[in-house]
Amino acid sequence: MEAVAIPPFERFYEEHRAEVLRLLRRRLGVDRADDAFQETFLRALRAYGRLDHGEHLRAWVLTIAQNVALDTLRRTRPTAELVETAADDHERPAYAELAELTDGLGPKERAAVVLRYGYDLSYDQIAVVLESSPEAARQATSTGVRRIRRRITS
Amino acid sequence: MTVTPDLDRRFRDAAAALDLIDVGYDIVDSPIGELLVAASDRGVARIWFDPDSREDLERLARIAGPRVLRSPRSVDDARRELDEYFEGRRRAFDLTLDLSSLPPFTVSVLDELARVPYGETTTYGALAERVGHPRAARAVGAVMNRNRIPIVLPCHRVVGSTGHLTGYAGGLDRKRTLLELEGARRKLSS
Repeated sequence: MEAVAIPPFERFYEEHRAEVLRLLRRRLGVDRADDAFQETFLRALRAYGRLDHGEHLRAWVLTIAQNVALDTLRRTRPTAELVETAADDHERPAYAELAELTDGLGPKERAAVVLRYGYDLSYDQIAVVLESSPEAARQATSTGVRRIRRRITS
Repeated sequence: MTVTPDLDRRFRDAAAALDLIDVGYDIVDSPIGELLVAASDRGVARIWFDPDSREDLERLARIAGPRVLRSPRSVDDARRELDEYFEGRRRAFDLTLDLSSLPPFTVSVLDELARVPYGETTTYGALAERVGHPRAARAVGAVMNRNRIPIVLPCHRVVGSTGHLTGYAGGLDRKRTLLELEGARRKLSS
C-alpha cells in the first residue's frame, strides 16, 4: 500500500485551523483559546518533519489540541462555566472510535492506544501528542493494551 | 469560526522566530506582477513569477521539505529591498542568498552575474569569459534560464551579443521593464 503523501504544512494548517480553534474555544473559552491555538500548531510543526505518512492528520492535530487544552486546564485554575464536559463534544474523533474499549484508561494511555490502533500513527507521531519520547509512547500504548486485555478477559 | 488575521499572524511569526519551518514564503507585489519570495534558514532561496498557490506549495515542499509556511516575517528583508529597488531607491541588493546544492560552475556564474552593475548590460559570452570558460556562452545562458533568484541575481542584465534581449524566464516584457527601470534600455538596440 502506498503511503499518503504529507501535504505542505501550509495546506495542512489552512485545512484544520478553523476546527482546531473551535475545539479550543469550547474547551477553554475565547480568552485562553488563542494561546492554545498557537501552541497546538507549533507542536504539530515541530513534529511535522518526522511524519512517515499523511494519513489521519485531522485526528492527529485534534488530539494535539485536546492535549494542549488539558495542559492549559491543568496549569490554570479552570473557570467552571467555560469548560464543557467531554461528553458534549462531537468532535473527538480519536477518542470516539475506541471509546468503549478504552474507557477507564488514563488520558495518556487512552490517546496512545487510539492513535496507534485506531489511526495507525507511528510512535514518533504519538510522542508529539503526548509530549514524550517515542519509547514512552510505545510503553503507554502497551500498558493500555494490557489493561484492556485484562479487563475483557476477566 | 474563523481564525482572525491577528491570531493567524501570531502563529506564523512564532513559527518563523522559533526556526521551525523548512521554508517560509510570501507574495510580494511588484510592477512586474506578483512575486513569490521564499527563504530558508540560509537566506533567500527562490523568487518565482506568476505565483500559483496549488503548485508552488508542492514545489517548495519538494525542494526544502514539508514544513512550508506562508510567513511574511521570513521574507521581510527581501520584501523591503525589492520595494526599494522597484521604487528606484536601491541599486544593489544586500541579501543573504541560499545557493545550496548548486553545482560549482553555476555558483561561479551567479557570482559573476551578481557583479554586473545596475543599469548596465553584459552578454552571455562576456560572462562566460569572466568565469574562465570563454566558449561556454550557451552554458551560461542555461544558468540564466534556471536562475532561482531573478531580479536579485540580475540575469535580466545579460543580453545577446548583438544587443538583443534574447530571452527571460519571466518573459521578455519583464526583462524590458526591468532594464527600463534601471535606465539601461536606451543603450540597447531592440
